[in-house]
Amino acid sequence: MSTQNNILEALEKLKEHLMPFTEHRPIMIGIHSGGVWVAEKLHSQLNLKDPLGTIDISFYRDDFSRVGLNPTVRGTHLPTSIEDRHIILVDDVLHTGRTVRAALNELFAYGRPLSVTLAVLLERDGRELPIQADIAGIHMNLGNEHYIKLTGPEPLALTLLEP
Amino acid sequence: MTDTDIQFDKSGALRHFLTVEGLPRDILTSILDSAETFLGLGQREIKKVPLLQGKTVVNLFFEPSTRTRTTFEIAAKRLSADVITLETSRMSTTKGETILDTLNTLEAMHTDMFVIRDSFSGAAHLISTHVPAHVSIINAGDGRHAHPTQAMLDAFTIRRHKGDFSNLRVAIIGDILHSRVARSQIHALNILGVPEIRVIAPQTLLPNQIKRLGVHPYYDIEKGLDGVDVIIVLRLQLERMEGQLIPSDREYFRFYGLTPERLSGARPDALIMHPGPINRGLEIASSVADGEQSVILEQVTNGIAVRMAIMATLMGRQSPSPREAD
Repeated sequence: MSTQNNILEALEKLKEHLMPFTEHRPIMIGIHSGGVWVAEKLHSQLNLKDPLGTIDISFYRDDFSRVGLNPTVRGTHLPTSIEDRHIILVDDVLHTGRTVRAALNELFAYGRPLSVTLAVLLERDGRELPIQADIAGIHMNLGNEHYIKLTGPEPLALTLLEP
Repeated sequence: MTDTDIQFDKSGALRHFLTVEGLPRDILTSILDSAETFLGLGQREIKKVPLLQGKTVVNLFFEPSTRTRTTFEIAAKRLSADVITLETSRMSTTKGETILDTLNTLEAMHTDMFVIRDSFSGAAHLISTHVPAHVSIINAGDGRHAHPTQAMLDAFTIRRHKGDFSNLRVAIIGDILHSRVARSQIHALNILGVPEIRVIAPQTLLPNQIKRLGVHPYYDIEKGLDGVDVIIVLRLQLERMEGQLIPSDREYFRFYGLTPERLSGARPDALIMHPGPINRGLEIASSVADGEQSVILEQVTNGIAVRMAIMATLMGRQSPSPREAD
């Protein structure tokens, strides 16, 4: 169900909406792995000064006691201090909101940002926490029947899956 | 049931960390990989992650220790666990009865993990057969038998500097006979694929059957160190020796001490390691211990990350709730 055009349009929309933010010299941070792929595209298109940061939420997942320690933890790498900086947090799909909750926890272990703006490629229904995207490229309602997943990094594609 | 089997729960997940012996390589490698990420935590503002939040870890140290005990405490605290340390210098002459009494009391306090050090070989194994299904045991050193977390942190340190295990010559110098560290190191390095492991010691400090472990014994330190990539110096376990196994401290240093002259026979980039605490001028010269090739202090830092990785691995299995039967 995915088309390259849908994704390109969504990225274009994100870029347009994020452009006004660039005057605040934000740090862009992508959430592994899909969020990083999306952030890489946006980061170069927006020509941000600070290098792209990446977050790995493995230590803050709320399902640790059920799924255990992920041995392929890539780790969080922030190019610079986030203290008193504006952050653009990027993820691929916003669904329950748990990933973003974990990402915020991970982020705040590094310092205190001035603000965090959430940009997602696709936001769908099914929120389990009070978390919303500030900017979303695509909006979709899928119910409980399907999951949607971003594959990548090249080419980026959205795939619909049965649970 | 062997020591190794008992380390796994019914679904095949690692539940206890009692010995490295018999563990598959991929388990060791995944612990080393996880430790790499935990090492990175040291750069954060808040050096804590919530993985063990709400869990209770009890350190039972029936044998004195400062370094190991402290690093286990720090590791558990950085994982957000609640930590209690009990230290008693009880000699377990009753072969475990006293330990089990203590254990029953602690279980009633809903402990999730015990880290155990005891002077009796097999203590951790014994305890692991008596705890409920949701409880994990880590062996912090049992008699002469094993010190698996030390072996892991040593392997981690070697990997960080040398990368690939498959090309290395590693020499272990010292009191191999009494050393649980040496035994665990030999097992770990074998499993990780180190092609040549040498042990260097006077005959009185080498176990008779040492070659069975796949190592090469040397009584001559100069020959033993020739072309070596990693040198692990062990402490003389003076408190464990009965009878005159070495003539004197000075004699030992004269023949087996790691001096700068002897070091020059090894490769120029050879790593110097020691599990600590070091006896300066006994098994190692001060200048070598403090020299550029020494990673002795780094081992301590790495010990925290590796112990975090082991604790997180054990606690991260799908554990049955305390009420489920084993």
